[in-house]
Amino acid sequence: MNNLAKNGFSPVVSHQKKDGTTWTVKEKILLGLTPKDYLAQQFKNPFNWILAVIYAIGLPIIIGRFIYGLGWVTHSSYDYPWGLFLGFGLFTMVPLSASGFMMGTTVELFGRKDFKPIERLGLLNGLLGYLFAVVFLQIDLGQPWRLIYPMFVSLGPAAILFLVAWHVATYLSCQVAELVPAFAEWMGLPRAKKFIKSMVLGLTVAGIILSTLHQGALGGLFTYAPGKVHPLWYSSPFMWFHFFCSAIFAGLSMLIVVSTFCKWFMRWRCDQTFLKSLDRLTLGLSKGAALALATYLVIKIIAIAHDNDWSYIFTGWGQWFILEISVGVILPLVLYTMALRNGSPALARTSAFIAVGGIVLNRLNTALITFNWDLYQEIPHWREMVIVVTVYATYIVVYRAILARMPILFSWKEKPDQ
Amino acid sequence: MKKINRRSFLKGGLAGTAVVAGTAVSKESSASQSFGGYPDSMGVLVDFTKCVGCRSCEAACNKEQGLPAPDKPFDDMSVYDEIQHNGQKRRTSEKAYTIVNRYKVKDREAGPVFRKFQCNHCNEPACLTSCFVNAYTKTKEGAVIYDPTVCVGCRTCMIACPFYVPAYSYSSPINPVIKKCIMCYDTRLKFGRPPACVEACPQEVMTFGKRKDLIKIGNARIRSNPDKYIDHIYGEKEVGGTAWMYLSDVPFDQIGFNTHIGEQPIISYVKEFLTIVPMVLTIWPALFTGFHLLANRKEALKNEKPSGKE
Repeated sequence: MNNLAKNGFSPVVSHQKKDGTTWTVKEKILLGLTPKDYLAQQFKNPFNWILAVIYAIGLPIIIGRFIYGLGWVTHSSYDYPWGLFLGFGLFTMVPLSASGFMMGTTVELFGRKDFKPIERLGLLNGLLGYLFAVVFLQIDLGQPWRLIYPMFVSLGPAAILFLVAWHVATYLSCQVAELVPAFAEWMGLPRAKKFIKSMVLGLTVAGIILSTLHQGALGGLFTYAPGKVHPLWYSSPFMWFHFFCSAIFAGLSMLIVVSTFCKWFMRWRCDQTFLKSLDRLTLGLSKGAALALATYLVIKIIAIAHDNDWSYIFTGWGQWFILEISVGVILPLVLYTMALRNGSPALARTSAFIAVGGIVLNRLNTALITFNWDLYQEIPHWREMVIVVTVYATYIVVYRAILARMPILFSWKEKPDQ
Repeated sequence: MKKINRRSFLKGGLAGTAVVAGTAVSKESSASQSFGGYPDSMGVLVDFTKCVGCRSCEAACNKEQGLPAPDKPFDDMSVYDEIQHNGQKRRTSEKAYTIVNRYKVKDREAGPVFRKFQCNHCNEPACLTSCFVNAYTKTKEGAVIYDPTVCVGCRTCMIACPFYVPAYSYSSPINPVIKKCIMCYDTRLKFGRPPACVEACPQEVMTFGKRKDLIKIGNARIRSNPDKYIDHIYGEKEVGGTAWMYLSDVPFDQIGFNTHIGEQPIISYVKEFLTIVPMVLTIWPALFTGFHLLANRKEALKNEKPSGKE
């Protein structure tokens, strides 16, 4: 599409075509191209061929999971009841999607209107991350059709997962509402937009409450397993805060990563406001991420001191812990700080990629790698890995489809050539 | 009847509004200090010095619970040499709610120790407190039972169980459920009868009775034979106390017991987080709306002049 844009193609930015007639919904969905051009465009994109290969292998396996059961795609471990679906899909996708509430807070609550150009991308990143965390959960649950049981059929309100279930469900609706304006602009429904605008502060505050609690609750879930999670990754009083605090820099870093991808691969869809302000905004997000990283590092060390886990530092697991902290926390902290001092958005972007990797490592360490640390290691089944890749690919497909159409990276206009 | 346990208190605390949250939390903390299981709950005292590893209990359990036929018959003792792919000894599974493992112990005259293993039926079960659909119940008789009709299959109970007891029928695509010992609640315990495995034991390894009496019996045995027994009843205090308790003549950590498990019930580790929930719910709205007012004070002042509106 970037090539097409160079050759003079201009994507849909308004209800009106250049000649004054209005775009139909079908034309909007096809990005203003003819069906033939649209398909040709899709076939030309090498990334779509990679996706085709992933789906050719992954879709049958996903179908197989529901025909033959979880035992067919996982090792059916009783000692490792949670595998990659939750270890990656839930525990990693959710913190990486904290950008939604972070951007809502920055723009709507703290009144930093200068972050407006990237607010919607943050909100979308949040919504899709949560949505696909639920998709992962649905694949992992033994009886996914009973998902609503904790809400309406048999309530166990003292359990942490009860809180997670309710909060993720409420927060998903909250995020959908926050993105209604983008959808409303695209579809031409001004009243829906106005309605959401009237309650945006309430939605934002609700978003903060729900996010604090369920991000923390995901950490809280592991407090059920003292002795199973390695003591260096486990802390009864601080676990929730570790997860919450790391979600802040995870969400901000992920937003930098995603915006970088947009800048590279979807330049045709970004408007000048977005492109021109992106470097400044990247540094702004970096500032927040650096603050969260510093807080996280300190509270991690305090947790070790509080639980007196120093002796574990000198074991093999301790070295693994130091590696995670050095590469996943200290390195991005230093790079972000350098980027801020030198005003270098490129360095900030590098740092964001590392920080995202650090979060993935931390969550996998907690949920899988150091879990049952004194029992044995379990490497997930290859079918489990294929499913994770396939679902993640779907996440990217949906993400890309929305970015290409709705006014996320560009502002909707009354007339096309404004 | 007094039927108050931690769960009902927490329910009150969480389901209640901000107004009741304060009182519910304080009640809950006093309950946690006093709740040590139902007063007349039953239990089983297992004496490993008597077990010869005949596997009668495994067979009895299989029959009583209507479990599928085992891979090897119950009189096949070669199972004791089995090592699973992960290097571990046998464990409870969807096909076996109880298993016996053999532990070779140096310089023990009587030879190896045979250890029976099944759900310990905790006083304050971690599985129960972690379940978001309330599928588990601790009955007043002492059993921890499970309702498969509401189970969603999140498997948090398997994460939470400090003894690695619950198994899951992964092989079923339509109705996978948790599989674990229920102390023969439906067929026996409810009517005051001992579990099938206890009755089947030819060596009288297991004593069925009121939990509080079993502790007395256990202590008496240790006192009358102090050179033989390790001076500890495993399960009397571990993770808040369990209905099944154990006596041994070799240190418990040598026969596969986790001796670092602590005396706190698992829920006490989780409470630190549960405490912040009502605080965030009540404090955050005011705090962040306050931040909003502060951050936008200049705009507000600008607009205030003529009409006094925001």
